Amino acid sequence: MNLTSRTENSLQIVSVSDTRIDAAVAIEFKDAMRTQTESGSGVVVLDLSEVQFIDSSGLGAIVASMKQMGRDRKLALAGLTPTVEKVFRLTRMDSVFPLFTTLDSALNDLRN
Amino acid sequence: MPRPIKAVNISVTSGEMAVRTALEKLQTALKPLDLAPEESGAVELVMAEALNNIVEHAYPEGSPAGPIRIRATHKSDGLHLTVVDEGLGMPDGKLPLGAPAQVDVDLFDLPEGGFGWFLIKDLAKDVEYKRLGWENHLKLRIIVGIKDETV
Repeated sequence: MNLTSRTENSLQIVSVSDTRIDAAVAIEFKDAMRTQTESGSGVVVLDLSEVQFIDSSGLGAIVASMKQMGRDRKLALAGLTPTVEKVFRLTRMDSVFPLFTTLDSALNDLRN
Repeated sequence: MPRPIKAVNISVTSGEMAVRTALEKLQTALKPLDLAPEESGAVELVMAEALNNIVEHAYPEGSPAGPIRIRATHKSDGLHLTVVDEGLGMPDGKLPLGAPAQVDVDLFDLPEGGFGWFLIKDLAKDVEYKRLGWENHLKLRIIVGIKDETV
């Protein structure tokens, strides 16, 4: 599970370069997210632009990633394809995370 | 133009990569149906959840691997899928309720699982489970590739 991280306008952007977050990689994803987010502060934008498919295990791993960031940080999700967005909508997780269709719209909206 | 497909039969052995392999084979076999992206997304999600459950619960870690067979047929009312495995049966011999997860809760109480059957029951119709001898049989229908009758 390949994650890269950069900071723009005090937002930490974590980009996923794999095309799937599914049961096969859910634990790996959660661990990689911990590595990326344990030392920063503020809002994390998870860039899912490359991700074509998320199943319920992947969804669970994203929820777990948010929990391990603690109450001091917030997680927003960006770059959701319609199929990926549907998983969040059906499970009502769209009420838990702010969802953005593109990374640009997330950065515009969340920038201070 | 969508073309009819013959019955599709896919067989994999349970294991870490079984679900990805089976889903890839299924998407390839369904190509002639020319499904819209949201339709093939629904098929992939339902089947991912059904197959993940088999790999996790019917053939749990530490027990021997076993076969998973998928059969797909396309009819006028949608895609009919049957998934058969020879692993452990469902608890009580019944499908889980598939209730929606509670999301109006504290951060640390948010669910990290239990979404699978809810998604299956939400996206598929006529979901049926039977234990037949040594086998689990899951049948369901997904309303995709339906001819537009107004044309």
